[in-house]
Amino acid sequence: MTALTARVPAGRYGFRHVARMEWIKLRSLRSTWWTLAITVAAAIAIGVTVGINTRNANGDLTNNALAGIIPALLLTSVLGVLTMTSEYSSGMIRSTLAAAPSRPLLLAGKAAVFGALALAVGEAASFISFFAGGAALRHGIAAPALTGPGVLRAVLLSGVSFCLVGLLALGLGAVIRHSGAAIAVVVGGVYVLPTIMASVAHGLGVYMPIIIIGNSLTTTKPEPCGSHGGQCVHFVSAWAGLGLLGLYAAVALAVGGWLFARRDA
Amino acid sequence: MIEVSDLTKRYGPTLAVDALSFDVRPGAVTGFLGANGSGKSTTMRLILGLDAPDAGEARIGGRRFRDLRWPLREAGSLLEARAFHPGRSAREHLAALAASNGISRRRVDEVLGLVGLAGAARRRAGKFSLGMGQRLGLAAALLGDPPVLLLDEPVNGLDPAGIRWIRDLLKSLAAEGRAVLVSSHLISEMALLAEHLVVIGQGRLLADTSVAQMSAGSSSLEEAFLELTESSTQYRGARPQDTPVISAKEGRR
Repeated sequence: MTALTARVPAGRYGFRHVARMEWIKLRSLRSTWWTLAITVAAAIAIGVTVGINTRNANGDLTNNALAGIIPALLLTSVLGVLTMTSEYSSGMIRSTLAAAPSRPLLLAGKAAVFGALALAVGEAASFISFFAGGAALRHGIAAPALTGPGVLRAVLLSGVSFCLVGLLALGLGAVIRHSGAAIAVVVGGVYVLPTIMASVAHGLGVYMPIIIIGNSLTTTKPEPCGSHGGQCVHFVSAWAGLGLLGLYAAVALAVGGWLFARRDA
Repeated sequence: MIEVSDLTKRYGPTLAVDALSFDVRPGAVTGFLGANGSGKSTTMRLILGLDAPDAGEARIGGRRFRDLRWPLREAGSLLEARAFHPGRSAREHLAALAASNGISRRRVDEVLGLVGLAGAARRRAGKFSLGMGQRLGLAAALLGDPPVLLLDEPVNGLDPAGIRWIRDLLKSLAAEGRAVLVSSHLISEMALLAEHLVVIGQGRLLADTSVAQMSAGSSSLEEAFLELTESSTQYRGARPQDTPVISAKEGRR
């Protein structure tokens, strides 16, 4: 017995080890790369399509080129959900927890690895969309430059939104655990709810993730007064929007982590 | 060594594990026996910290599972159901687990060879047969070369050659000084594999004894087990003499 236990090295497993495990898990599934490739392709294709069809040189051309961000986010959020829920549906969670029983550490590792990947892919999707969408402009309209006022901020924050919405989805996945139900809640909450809110409570609509991304993060200048059925809507500023998205993701992860640590796996 | 003391777990109105205490000592294979639904798997889940006990605790080498410093190097486990993502290859599955405990890639290939999956290492685990899935689970349990092993129904789905192979393997691991807990409801397999037995029924300890002692008073180990568990078996088919009458109480689940 002593001879056997003596082989256990000093120290203990930590965040670094858990993050490496989660990275191997994420990268070794083909579906991860397919989903991310389609995410980037969809963002670019929509940006280019909007660019080709743009006739108003005075509009927010950066916002136009980033028109594919919101649809592309759908795939990233589904991937975020599955990163957590597929552990339960496959039974992998038992192996994972046998290797790393500290649940807060595990969720932190998962969030860090998925968040970093979503950020990298989001920035790639945003920058490529921006340049491709600009290059696709016709009718003698000049492509927007990154040096223009608010342009770099809009492109960068669009990329960040992939990370934050992905983490929000991952957190909800930890809360709900069932893939189908969690995807339904994320798609319903992020994509359908704002439409309902827009018709019943304009004032609250501006705090919905998708409205924040579409009207605060991906724009170079805040719309002075939104055009929702003649009513004046004040969208939050880009930085306030970023803070709100971060808050939503943090709350989802905190609740997910709290439940993860307390529930039977 | 594994120390289980006063472990209790309730699922709603059902008392799945009821103040259960036993030790699993190093150097021997301990068989964990009980009828279907007797609480074997729940006990394993409680030892591994997958479920939280309502009372009592389980310790491995003096620590609760969640407090282990290098869990895979201190206790290896195989639970009954599949525990891998179907889209991931056997090698990547093990590589991910290895990374979490600072175990080398070389060890991954080593255990793949040990369980006979070297040729299937790059195939997606979702395509594996039941027996291959068991071998992959066993590979994960052995990854950290741990002094403690907990295996829930490890012979499930293995062919006769595979069963003999795992029996010899577990015996040799115990002979090296490891504590090996193996659950099964196959008494004949236990008679060949285990030296010590822990028998439970309805979540309570019925016997904690050596195989020799348990079978001494009866014609066979199977007979001794059936006598011991008769009063606490929940799910039982009708005995031949009972067949004309279906007891309402027994028919109800």
